[in-house]
This record gives sequence, C-alpha cells and structure tokens, in this order.
Amino acid sequence: MSGNMNLTLKVWRQKNAADKGGFVTYKADDVSPDMSFLEMLDIVNERLVKKTEDPIHFDHDCREGICGACSLYINGRPHGPKQAITTCQLHMRSFSDGETITIEPWRAEAFPVIKDLAVDRTAFDRIQEAGGFISVNTGGVPDANEIPIPKVVADEAFNSATCIQCGACVAACKNASAALFVSAKISQLALLPQGQTERYRRVQAMVAQMDAEGFGSCTNTGACEVECPKGISLTNINRMRRDYFNAKFFKEEEIH
Amino acid sequence: MSSFTKAFSSTLGKKLIMSLTGLFLCLFLIVHLLGNLQLFKHDDGMAFNVYSHFMTHFPPIKIVSYLLYLSIVFHAVYALIITIRNSKARKVGYAVYKGSANSTWSSRNMGILGTILLIFIVVHMSNFWAEYHWGGLPFIKYETSLNNPEEVKVTKLPYNGNELVYSQYVDTQAGTEVVVAKDLNIIVMDLFKIWWYVVLYVIAMIAMGFHLYHGFQSGFQTLGFDHKKYKPVIDFLGLWVFSIIIPAVFAAMPLYVFFFK
Ligand code: HEM
Ligand code: FES
Repeated sequence: MSGNMNLTLKVWRQKNAADKGGFVTYKADDVSPDMSFLEMLDIVNERLVKKTEDPIHFDHDCREGICGACSLYINGRPHGPKQAITTCQLHMRSFSDGETITIEPWRAEAFPVIKDLAVDRTAFDRIQEAGGFISVNTGGVPDANEIPIPKVVADEAFNSATCIQCGACVAACKNASAALFVSAKISQLALLPQGQTERYRRVQAMVAQMDAEGFGSCTNTGACEVECPKGISLTNINRMRRDYFNAKFFKEEEIH
Repeated sequence: MSSFTKAFSSTLGKKLIMSLTGLFLCLFLIVHLLGNLQLFKHDDGMAFNVYSHFMTHFPPIKIVSYLLYLSIVFHAVYALIITIRNSKARKVGYAVYKGSANSTWSSRNMGILGTILLIFIVVHMSNFWAEYHWGGLPFIKYETSLNNPEEVKVTKLPYNGNELVYSQYVDTQAGTEVVVAKDLNIIVMDLFKIWWYVVLYVIAMIAMGFHLYHGFQSGFQTLGFDHKKYKPVIDFLGLWVFSIIIPAVFAAMPLYVFFFK
C-alpha cells in the first residue's frame, strides 16, 4: 500500500534473566502508519515465526491503555516519543519512513528481564502487598455518600488512583526510583477517610518495601511525571514524604 | 534500630539530609555574599578585614561555622552514598537515552556540578580560610582621623610571629580611631590578579548556578513542601536569586579586581 513505511528495528533480545543479551536488527517493511506499535511488532513476529525464528517477547494485555501491561523503552523514552500514552496507544504515524527504532526493556535491577523486552514487575506487587490496602469489615452495604468528602480531595485521590502500575516512572527515572508509583498508591488511600486508620503504618511499610526492592532514590528530576501515561503528578511524591517524615518523627508508635 | 535511625537510612531520609544541608548552605551563601560586598569598597580593605575578624571570632558565628563545615561534609558524603545506590539501581543502562525530553540538564548532572563545587570549596578554603587561621598573614593598621573620617593613614605591618593581635581603639592624643587587623584583603587582591584563578572562580559560580537551579527547589520538595500558591515563589527564588543573582555577584568580585583594581 502507498504511504506504508519501511523501518529498521534494533531490538533487545535476551534468552532469559541469566543471559547477557544484545541488540538484533530487524527490517520491518511495509508497515501501515495506522498500526499501533504493538501491531507492528505482531507483524514482525509473524514473519519471524514463518521463518521458524523465536518471536520477540513483549508484554501486553488490554491494548487499550488501561491495564499497564505494555512497556518498551522506545528511542530513549518509555512508551516512545509521545506523552501521556501507553505503547499500545502509540501509532506508527509517530515515526517516519526509513527511521531506525531502538527498542529496549525497562532497565532497573528491581525489574529483571524475563525474556527479551518483558521484565518482571512483581516488585510493584510486593510493595502494594506491604500496605497498599485498607481493612474493612464485611457486612451491610454502607449508604452512598455517608461520609462527606470535599470534591477537590476526591478528585485528587481519583487522579492518584489512575496509576496502572506500568513502571514507566521507574524506566524514565535516571535513578530508577519508584517514588511516583509508590506515592500514587499511598496517596489514593491517604487522601480519603477510609484510608486514615492505616495511613502512617502504610507509608512506612510501603517505603521500606520500595527500598528493599532496590529502587533508587528520587532526586526530583520530574522525568516520571512527564512520561507517566496517566499524568500522575509529582505532588504525590511530596505527599508521601510528608506522611513518611510525619510518621517517623512525630507519631507515637507505642502506648506509654 | 530506632525510628530515627530507620528514617535516616531510608531513601527518603538520606535525601532529607541532602536537603537540610543543601538549604543551609544556600542560607549561608546569602550571608557570605553580603559580607563579601565589602570587597567593592575603596578603603584599602578596612571594612573587609574588620568583617573577617568578626566572622572568625564572634562566638555565635563560630558555632554556625562549625555547622557549616559539617553541612559541607554531610552533603558531599550523602551525595556520594545516594549516587552509588542510584547507579546500582540500574546496572545495565539504556543504549539510547533521551533525558532532555523529560527533565532539566541541571537535574541530571547534580553529581558532576557538585563535584566541581567540592573542588572549588577545597581550593577556596585552603587559600582563604586556612590561610587566615594558620597562614601567617601580614597585618595592616588603619588610623582614621576622628575629625575627618575621610582621612585614613594606612600602615602595612609584615607578619611577625605571634606578636601582632587584632585591636581596635581610640587614640585620644593623636585624635584617631585605630584598627589593627590581619590583612586578608591583600591576599584576596593578589589571588584575584591571577587569570586562571579568576577563571576557576567564574566556572565554579556557573556550576553553582546550575546546581542551585535544580537544587534549591528540589530541596524543598525533598522536605515534602509542595503548594499550588507557594511553590512558584520557591521556583522564582531558585531561578533568579540562587541561580542567577548570587552566582553573578560572586563571580563579579574576582572579575572586578582583575580588571579594575
Ligand atoms: C555551595 C555549595 C552547595 C550548595 C549550596 C548545595 C545545595 C544543594 C541543594 C539545595 C540540593 C537539593 C537537595 C535535595 O534535592 O534534596 C543539593 C543536592 C545535591 N547536591 Fe549540592 N550543594 C552544594 C555543594 C555540593 C557539593 C560539594 C556536592 C558534591 C560533592 C553536591 C552534590 C549534590 C548532589 C549529588 C545533590 C542531589 C542531587 C539531586 O537532588 O538531584 N552539592 N545541593
Ligand atoms: S496493553 Fe494494556 S495498557 Fe497497553
């Protein structure tokens, strides 16, 4: 078809976590500008399978920008050249004919490569398990709007809750810090009345787990905020710090 | 581990130390700048030498100065600790990395900028601070006429073991106010006549401007400070006061001496 593009892909291939890995160059010819980035990879993979070569492994699930499964560090940026989108929402029209595209996995010691471009992001799950929940008793369904919550606070909490755990913040950060993810997960609960009971225990437990996973230390470069597909803001990180210092320095932890 | 030890060994707590020490250094810069403005006076360094004596001998200021030395040490040591941890957090780097798409140059080069500052601080302190304390500086005597403060007699007194001490008194017979002080001013003037020394100063001040362009506002964020109304004020001060005006006025001192004195 006219208007289709011929591209060169430099793709990170790595058999498993123990393998050293390296770049392999592929031709991606006759790519429609209307394909999503993942569809383009699907085509490349089909051609590889036809040649009985091992297809390129990459994570994906919903393909509509809501699950956070897709990753890929494309031409020096997580989720490619556009802002506020995931890789599944990135279209080939964002590239130009003849371009060389370098595709790398998220790079962080806390996100070890499973195979090729797929990385293990269970570190995020362990951080969530450490405190990213509220304890509620089962029983009768409470009335809606029983607890009044100011609109700005509710909106702020919902904004924090839009985090899809994709890990682009870690990938973008020069320090491989998970501060944006962790602080969004803390904020979505800390802002609301239901999250108060465990508020100070939660922030300490989640920060401790974040550190134990080996993520770097945030130096406020702001790269995460720019690259986040959901526009989670840096305010969350500062809120996490306030709660953390408050918990460590000013809250009583024992009865006396 | 106590709650405090735990807090300060976390990634957030280590940055808290960077922030507190860094912001304290920023505060010090203002005082240091205002004091050094005396160098622009045409008084053979009298005001500057009196100020130098005051800064090294007034007890409350001495206490603050020890805090300052500690801050520099802790700031640099924690910078190193944090930088090591952060490079361990990503052992395999990216082949293509477009940092400029999502962050400022300053924020990505704090370690390099800080290292330039550290080198500068060492050179600067060994030339002035160490020299002032142990260097065997010459003294200088200013006799200002009580009737006409414009009339000042200046006598240079070469270094003479520990014979000379700082003194300030009124000589009623001669009708003069006498000041005898270590002549740090002459050391400054001599060094600021060396071209490469002036270049080093200017480079260091440019580095400081960039360091503080990110550092000043970052320090507040590290403390958890963030506010829709007041954060822009911090950003404004960080840009105009700490990364432009203060470094520019500091850099103007050696340039002024080199070209005009
Ligand atoms: C004139 C002396 C200095 C001043 C006023 C200063 C100020 C600051 C401030 C305010 C911060 C922000 C702290 C934060 O984000 O929490 C900072 C961060 C930092 N400073 Fe300095 N600093 C100075 C010297 C140094 C030196 C000598 C070094 C290195 C040896 C250094 C290395 C760093 C590093 C690595 C950071 C953290 C990076 C970041 O936050 O992105 N600084 N500094
Ligand atoms: S595949 Fe679900 S967000 Fe991209």
